[in-house]
Amino acid sequence: MTTAPTTAAWQPSEHQRDRDAYRRSRARRSTAVAVVSTVALTAVAVLGLVSSPGWPRVKASFFDADVARASLPAVLDGLWLNIRVMAVSAVLIVVVALALALARTLRGPVFFPLRALATGYVDVFRGLPLILVLLLVGFGLPGLRLQGIPTSAVVLGGLALVLTYSAYVAEVFRAGIESVHPSQVAAARSLGLSRGQAMRHVVLPQAVRRVVPPLLNDLVALSKDSGLISILGAIDAVRAAQIETARYANFTPYVVAGVLFVALTIPLTRFTDALARRSGWLGAQSGLAGAGALR
Amino acid sequence: MSAPGATGAGRVTEPVTETPLLRVRGLRKSFGPHVVLDDLSLDVEAHRVVVLIGASGSGKSTLLRCVDLLEDVDDGVIELEGQDITDPRLDANAVRARIGMVFQSYNLFPHLRVLDNVTLAPRLVHRTPRAQAEAEALAVLERVGLADKARAFPDELSGGQQQRVAIARALLGRPAVMLLDEVTSALDPELVGEVLDLLVELKSTGLTMVVATHEMGFAREVADEVCFLHAGRVHERGTAEQVLGDPQQERTREFLRRLHA
Repeated sequence: MTTAPTTAAWQPSEHQRDRDAYRRSRARRSTAVAVVSTVALTAVAVLGLVSSPGWPRVKASFFDADVARASLPAVLDGLWLNIRVMAVSAVLIVVVALALALARTLRGPVFFPLRALATGYVDVFRGLPLILVLLLVGFGLPGLRLQGIPTSAVVLGGLALVLTYSAYVAEVFRAGIESVHPSQVAAARSLGLSRGQAMRHVVLPQAVRRVVPPLLNDLVALSKDSGLISILGAIDAVRAAQIETARYANFTPYVVAGVLFVALTIPLTRFTDALARRSGWLGAQSGLAGAGALR
Repeated sequence: MSAPGATGAGRVTEPVTETPLLRVRGLRKSFGPHVVLDDLSLDVEAHRVVVLIGASGSGKSTLLRCVDLLEDVDDGVIELEGQDITDPRLDANAVRARIGMVFQSYNLFPHLRVLDNVTLAPRLVHRTPRAQAEAEALAVLERVGLADKARAFPDELSGGQQQRVAIARALLGRPAVMLLDEVTSALDPELVGEVLDLLVELKSTGLTMVVATHEMGFAREVADEVCFLHAGRVHERGTAEQVLGDPQQERTREFLRRLHA
């Protein structure tokens, strides 16, 4: 390597200092503009809301501090159920989805039934509305009166979530697997790796890295859809809010539940963004250094 | 230096200008602790071809990318037609529109046909009507010998053809200067000739070019001046015969020896 001698003594020239000063002043100006426009927009929105004729009524029935405090424990209890359902379902979804995606990449006539089954599964469960799957699984499965079929609304609801979401996530995995350039497989096979070894050690690691951001996006969606298990009778945050709403004849518990769900998903979203930005993680897709920051 | 009449508007029709077309002074660029360009200076007169040579990592590409404002410089001045283009007050897009850049790996847009690749900038940047842009594009494609490929997609072309399209794309903006960054390095040997022939022809039309290359034969053929880059500076400069035939600096001799070994 021919590196220039590290000139530790380098001091920016007058010219460069002038340029840097100009850039700093532009940055300060941008910050000021951002602050002013944010304050102005917020003020307009708040004023518009508060000055609307029905605001006092809406405030009393949706934003009652006392009702919010009183309903919080029950709604939080419900949210804890959402979190547990989400965590267990998420793990199962990833496992099932990965198996489906891999089944669809199998080659050879022997595996035709597996391939067809995986394809059919994805077609069906991506097409069915989640709420229908919930109702069919929740009320249909126990109706069979088979030995060992669970009757808990939580388990059945979780099962419906896994069925639907694994179909979506399988397609995300498949897209990731197909996005790995064929030359990577060629290189692995040329070294003597089998098809399965190439998939396991070369293709999948690259594919999974690429699909982590869309996967986390699905996780955020799952955290909200976990509220749908309430239609089977499980008392999650949504159902708890409904009960509290009836008790106080006031809609504030819905707002409380909404705020809690948002508070749950925002960290997930930020985590996704941070992960997507982390350079190097996306491999060749991250592009040239500095290419994103052209003025 | 600052000749009163020659401020930008008067495009160099008069070859005798006091200011060089491109003037680099005290250029410094580092990536983290790695100082790539260190107090580099370079002049390129209008209608001349300057060839940059040097080991990989010597800063040839970085220099070209700095001139095209694809990298922010740490320090120093780059003047194009007498105007300091590193000034952050300038519209960098307008500056880049005056500079043509051709990359090692072509960088054609794979989702656009050859004709659309070439007319994209005229239509979006220069607001040329589509019909006129396409007529001009076909003329330029004719010049690079690819008019019959106008409807093809880039991946239907050979590497040499793709690079000629990339050159046509850069030419259509009527750049004041063309920057060519190892434009033959990604090509199969038998395809190198067609691209180099095109550059020789472009030189004959008086186009100002700065060319980073490993092709010493090509350097001999087209260079009005050869600059050997080492340790972030122009270590030795002169005509091709001087620098390649009779280098004065030990580093230059060593570089050329290794190249021919």
